[in-house]
Amino acid sequence: MTAADPVVEVRGAVVAYGGRPVLRGIDLTVTAGEVVAVLGANGSGKSTLIRAALGLAPLAAGSVRLFGTPLDSFRERRRVGYVPQRLGAGSGVPATVREVVRSGVLARRGFARLPRRTEAHAIAGALAAVGLSDREHDQVGTLSGGQQQRVLIARALAGQPDLLVLDEPTAGVDAASQVAFAGTVELLLEHGTTILLVAHELGPMEPLIQRAVVLSAGRVVHDGPCPRPMGHHADPDHDHVHPHAPDEDAAGWVPAVRDRA
Amino acid sequence: MSIFTFDFMIRALLGALLVGLTAPAVGVYLVQRRMALLGDGIGHIALTGVALGFLFSWAPVLTAVLVSAAGAVVIELIRARGRTSGDVALAVMFYGGIAGGVLLIGLSAGTSNVNLLSYLFGSLLTTSWSDLVIIAVLAAAVLVVTLLLRPWLFAVCHDEEFATVSGLPVRLLNLVLAVTAAVTVTVAMRVVGLLLVSALMVIPVATAQQVARGFVTTMLGGIALGVTISLSGAVGSYYLNVASGAAIVVLAIAVFLLVTAGTALLRRRGGAAAARTATTPDLGLDDEHVMADG
Repeated sequence: MTAADPVVEVRGAVVAYGGRPVLRGIDLTVTAGEVVAVLGANGSGKSTLIRAALGLAPLAAGSVRLFGTPLDSFRERRRVGYVPQRLGAGSGVPATVREVVRSGVLARRGFARLPRRTEAHAIAGALAAVGLSDREHDQVGTLSGGQQQRVLIARALAGQPDLLVLDEPTAGVDAASQVAFAGTVELLLEHGTTILLVAHELGPMEPLIQRAVVLSAGRVVHDGPCPRPMGHHADPDHDHVHPHAPDEDAAGWVPAVRDRA
Repeated sequence: MSIFTFDFMIRALLGALLVGLTAPAVGVYLVQRRMALLGDGIGHIALTGVALGFLFSWAPVLTAVLVSAAGAVVIELIRARGRTSGDVALAVMFYGGIAGGVLLIGLSAGTSNVNLLSYLFGSLLTTSWSDLVIIAVLAAAVLVVTLLLRPWLFAVCHDEEFATVSGLPVRLLNLVLAVTAAVTVTVAMRVVGLLLVSALMVIPVATAQQVARGFVTTMLGGIALGVTISLSGAVGSYYLNVASGAAIVVLAIAVFLLVTAGTALLRRRGGAAAARTATTPDLGLDDEHVMADG
């Protein structure tokens, strides 16, 4: 695969929930090895966009191709790693960190097959990448929010995906986990992994983002370099690690606002 | 004289053993996806299956398997669509199952209310060897599915969307789980009865998860508890001359309450000790700034 190959191609995507349009015709292309952030206020449709790209939100119009294949006939699911914003309701029974991360290798293993010898290595590598190697036997529910987020990232990494899609990986996450996550992204970039993430704030990973797509009311309003001035953030003596929110987006940037206090 | 010299008692204990093994093995997945009452609904539907068996003089266990499996598939299809109207559809099915069952049993000749009660509340001692053979085959199938497909069933029950993106056969796995739950209901109906089936699926799991840290330990702990409670309840019901199903479920609830109280007590003591030396993991944001910049 060369650097110009499109990994995600969304064309004219329209998604509506109960008659209310959330995406109003969106184009998005992510090429191999890119790190793209989807930004926008609450309700701008950024999470819906990546859910549509993964087939989790039904398209009313438009098309999605992954690795050049239309989503409907895309069979190489193991190439895609997905990190949801948080664990859903399906956690009535406790699970250890390792048990959750192990779900990530099933995409490569195939259905009803015996474990491969490389799986233990992949799980250990994924746990190390997010800095949770020493917590693998702990119950996920006892970890902090940021650590739980890292467990979900490790689960996706255990499948050794070529494309990693993350839904607000740093929302409500402590700074130590944000720094750990930025380190993980750096590591993945060295391996040529393509990364598409949704974010409220970029935090410590801002220097790693190559392109930002800003949504507003279901439409793309910016597609290019990170929209906010970064000059003074590059200054090592600068106090802030989070970009300041544009005023019109203030409601969606609560953590950044809180940091200013 | 040992109770094991009675043929009916050996059959009763074998039945109790199979239920103790299978009910929590399926129940752990239902509890995980917060569908603990699914077994109860399937139990209602299974009564119509039992009645059909009486009406046409087929083995009630077999007709119950077929009807409850069909019902479980319909329940799963309704769940997967995720509509709020599905709630009402489920209620119609569950009560239709009970009413239809009672109605059909009334229509069939040579059956009495005693027979009906033995399916609703269990009747270990009247379980025949031919019943037991069918139950054993079904129980083996349930154990094969729940133990061998554990990684996939866990992944789907834990996070269905992640499983979908990973390319796992989510729809197939959900149907397999629903049908397995239906089969377990019929395995258990002779022992604890259709109205109490769900208790043995849920309560041993709910007890085990209070002390377990992981899914596998919860599952194995639930199975161990299920077997112990089911066998003790069966023996106890014989000496007390009470219904086996009720005895087993009351015992399960007693163990659940004991463990809950015990862990709460331990946690309070442990919590007090930890509070004295605690450091909050998510400390103030100012500290994080220093860490992040450093």
